[in-house]
Amino acid sequence: MLLIHCPYCEEARPEVEFVYGGEAHIARPVDPSTYSDEQWEEFLYIRSNPRGRHHERWRHTHGCGRFFNAVRDTVTDVFETTYKAGEARK
Amino acid sequence: MKRFSGFNLIGEAFRSHQGWPEHWPDKAPKASYDAIIVGAGGHGLGAAYYLAKKYGITNVAVIEKGWLGGGNTGRNTTIIRSNYLYDESAHLYDHAVKLWDGLSQDLNYNIMYSKRGVLMLAHNVHDVQSFKRHIHANRLNGVDNEWLTPEECKAYCPPLDISPRTRHPVLGGALQRRGGTARHDSVAWGYARAASALGVDIIQNCAVTGIRRGADGAVEGVETERGYIACRRVGVSAAGSTSLVMKMAGLDFPLESYPLQALVSEPVKPIFPCVVMSNTVHAYMSQSDKGELVIGAGTDQYTSYSQRGAFHIVEHTLAAICEIFPIFTRMRMLRTWGGIVDVTPDRSPILGKTPVKGLYVNCGWGTGGFKATPGAGDLLAYTMAHDEPHKINAPYNLDRFRNGRLIDEAAAAAVAH
Ligand SMILES: Cc1cc2nc3c(=O)[nH]c(=O)nc-3n(C[C@H](O)[C@H](O)[C@H](O)COP(=O)(O)OP(=O)(O)OC[C@H]3O[C@@H](n4cnc5c(N)ncnc54)[C@H](O)[C@@H]3O)c2cc1C
Ligand SMILES: [Zn+2]
Repeated sequence: MLLIHCPYCEEARPEVEFVYGGEAHIARPVDPSTYSDEQWEEFLYIRSNPRGRHHERWRHTHGCGRFFNAVRDTVTDVFETTYKAGEARK
Repeated sequence: MKRFSGFNLIGEAFRSHQGWPEHWPDKAPKASYDAIIVGAGGHGLGAAYYLAKKYGITNVAVIEKGWLGGGNTGRNTTIIRSNYLYDESAHLYDHAVKLWDGLSQDLNYNIMYSKRGVLMLAHNVHDVQSFKRHIHANRLNGVDNEWLTPEECKAYCPPLDISPRTRHPVLGGALQRRGGTARHDSVAWGYARAASALGVDIIQNCAVTGIRRGADGAVEGVETERGYIACRRVGVSAAGSTSLVMKMAGLDFPLESYPLQALVSEPVKPIFPCVVMSNTVHAYMSQSDKGELVIGAGTDQYTSYSQRGAFHIVEHTLAAICEIFPIFTRMRMLRTWGGIVDVTPDRSPILGKTPVKGLYVNCGWGTGGFKATPGAGDLLAYTMAHDEPHKINAPYNLDRFRNGRLIDEAAAAAVAH
């Protein structure tokens, strides 16, 4: 089980308190009606799925309830850092 | 290749079985091939076999970064069934089930396909309705699947607890009698041996590190740890690593890779006659010929290439198993392990052409592609030989994520595959 540092609670808590939220920094369409099929495909389905550094969202569901971002290595599962939603990509 | 037969067996008995040749020779890569398959799992080896056998393309290499069958093929719980809801899925998976029948004879290798039946338990009203809907849909597609009452479930699988007082009462079940298990290693070895006998080179410990494309964008060859190999027809069957291989050709894929775990108990005498799946409580189980209970757990919630999952996932699974089968509460578990499964947004595979000419893909089988092994191999071979998908795999194209024609079997099949 992962130990995850919540940047809001400022505490490392067990993974079962958190829910994974998928790849981070995928921006919602600003003007959806102008989006082409290709852009929708990119937004909805294409994922980088890297081996190594991965930017991802987590939600501290059974704690403060807030979404935040993290950088985790997908080979070792070690977290490099976690940071608040809205902060620039690390 | 020396055929396995009663006659040869007796002959060999007289010389202490010293005359059996190796199953497949270790080959060094040639400078070029007519077709290359990336990934020597069951799917990739199957594709090479059918390319050689059905389409006469024998100048083929299967390139594997580790050892043959060491990916998900050698890590899965080997459940075979085809009782999927949608027409596209029923056609795809039943194509494979038809090939499982007779595969041992075809390969001259005992892959131990055992039609012991797959029983899917219904624990609530929603399950009952959804399974009955599956049964009707299956019948229309010529796929066997039948409804059993709780008493009939108990008769089919005696260790089951059907008392109404359990936390997850058994309200009935859907039974596919043609479903069952096969021996995973044998499937990989059988295909490798048969393909190799037809002239296919199997190259292990040799990762593909790049895909070279020409000025027109078409595939020209692959870079590997053992040098460059020219080839204009490359089929990628790399399961959990598919995103990485596709990136080598400049393609971003609708895939995510997750750890999926399984575990086995200490071996015991035969007690568990069939495969039981319970989607609602996330547990499924069968008994191997060695006597171990083979138990499938769930995926972790996060993407990873670590090939191992978390303990709380295993704990959750075992809690569910103990609830449905109280007689196993004192069994000890022997081993757990994980594989990395490649999951698409609609939980259906991608099997067909790619935007790059000469590059074909077979991926996205996620948690449930072992059952499809012969079918996927056959259809990838067909697609590579004709440069066109077969009508069974035509719906499983990449375009569906653009045009919205998803095959949303995930919603239909609930969780486990
Ligand atoms: C724990 C677990 C339980 C499962 N249970 C079931 C089940 O009960 N029923 C079922 O139907 N399915 C099940 N599955 C899913 C099933 O195992 C897979 O869908 C199926 O085996 C995929 O076969 P494959 O040949 O495509 O992949 P694999 O066997 O994973 O083969 C892919 C190969 O590609 C190689 N490769 C990757 N990258 C490269 C590269 N760059 N160069 C060269 N080679 C490369 C890998 O080393 C690997 O050997 C389970 C999976 C797991 C992990
Ligand atoms: Zn918090």
